[in-house]
Amino acid sequence: MKIIAIDRNGVTHTLEGRDGWSVMEILRDAGLPVAAECGGACACATCHVYVEDGWLEKLPPRSDAETDMLDMALAVEPNSRLSCQITCSPELDGIKVRIAPE
Amino acid sequence: MAVHETDVAIVGAGPIGLFAVFELGLLDLKAHLVDILDRPGGQLTELYPEKPIYDIPGLPVVTGQELADRLMHQIKPFGATFHLGQLTRALEKLPDGRWKISTDADVEIVAPVVVIAAGGGSFTPKRPPIAGIEAYEGKSVFYAVRKMDAFRGRNIVIAGGGDSALDWTLNLAPIAKSLTLVHHRDGFRAAQHSVNRMRELVAEGKVRFHVASVKALHGEGGVLEAVTLSGADKTEWRHEADAFLPFFGLTMKLGPIAEFGLNLNENLIPVDTEKFQTGVPGIFAIGDIATYAGKLKLILSGFHEAALMAQAAFHICRPNEKLRFQYTTSSSSLQKKLGVA
Repeated sequence: MKIIAIDRNGVTHTLEGRDGWSVMEILRDAGLPVAAECGGACACATCHVYVEDGWLEKLPPRSDAETDMLDMALAVEPNSRLSCQITCSPELDGIKVRIAPE
Repeated sequence: MAVHETDVAIVGAGPIGLFAVFELGLLDLKAHLVDILDRPGGQLTELYPEKPIYDIPGLPVVTGQELADRLMHQIKPFGATFHLGQLTRALEKLPDGRWKISTDADVEIVAPVVVIAAGGGSFTPKRPPIAGIEAYEGKSVFYAVRKMDAFRGRNIVIAGGGDSALDWTLNLAPIAKSLTLVHHRDGFRAAQHSVNRMRELVAEGKVRFHVASVKALHGEGGVLEAVTLSGADKTEWRHEADAFLPFFGLTMKLGPIAEFGLNLNENLIPVDTEKFQTGVPGIFAIGDIATYAGKLKLILSGFHEAALMAQAAFHICRPNEKLRFQYTTSSSSLQKKLGVA
């Protein structure tokens, strides 16, 4: 599956996702600037992304923990998600995410 | 200005800084630790106190807070000195060959060895991505409340949905001229009783709450006059305010370590894998902030690094003494140090 990731400079990166990995892990391993300070524990809100182009509706809804943690993120929008909480799967082939401001 | 002389100055009181105290202590080396947070534990207690950790050898499961507590218990015999709530601002070499670190609370620590165990850097408040916000910081924009009285009679905007945002809404509302809380949703991760009290104040007309975010700041010379708020439906309006308090928690920034004169590789400090020493003799780096071929950012790797660092630190601190390698299981002198014999 592919992940289309837009960095903070507006540059688009096409990344190869891996089933079962989190989108955060794919972004991080590609060297994109997601701090992911807590390492994927839904405990820091530093892997915040905007899910673009209608992909939000295709994701399972936020857990209460993710909704709570987003209260600590900056510039939250209705399409905000924590990328450590999005799991790569064939259904998400082509998902587009934009990395939120630091 | 308080000056402390010791064997080892440790920058960072997270799990690795704490365990370094243990390994140094076994070798009779004394340590002082500095941390920006107001309690020991670093990421363990700041980021994931309630989360379980499963990869600490011998502890099948332990929470972040529990591991910090256990490390504090383990190092108690060694009587390390903690300087908490302070940022290590500078590192300099003294003419006698020792090092001096100084903090923003005017504490100086002089030691032959400095250990940087600063994890991802110092925890600093998250700064909202609003153009020009830096110019207002300290005058009209504050990430913490030091003196409540400074906010008396002001038109305050608080942003955020956690405990800090709610607590300061409740505390400042009685002395503010006006207080407006903005958050991206009509829901909060703060304690329920605080949320209930805030809603009462809103009902009484003493606090205003908007599902909105601050998009722009207006003023001159760092003096805030108004903010632009943007609501859920993207309509924007101007709101009079002379104080803005964003509370979005903390994030890790390298901070002044970048100015210590050490080589850096993508905000990490390269070290050798024999001593975990940086390119500068006497300065060591261990834990997440250290990098070397094969480095894994795991707590257990940091523990190993602390043990090897301590051996090297001994030779710097006690150049004329022979290091006697001993096991805690069998050495009565180590057991005495630990207070168990």
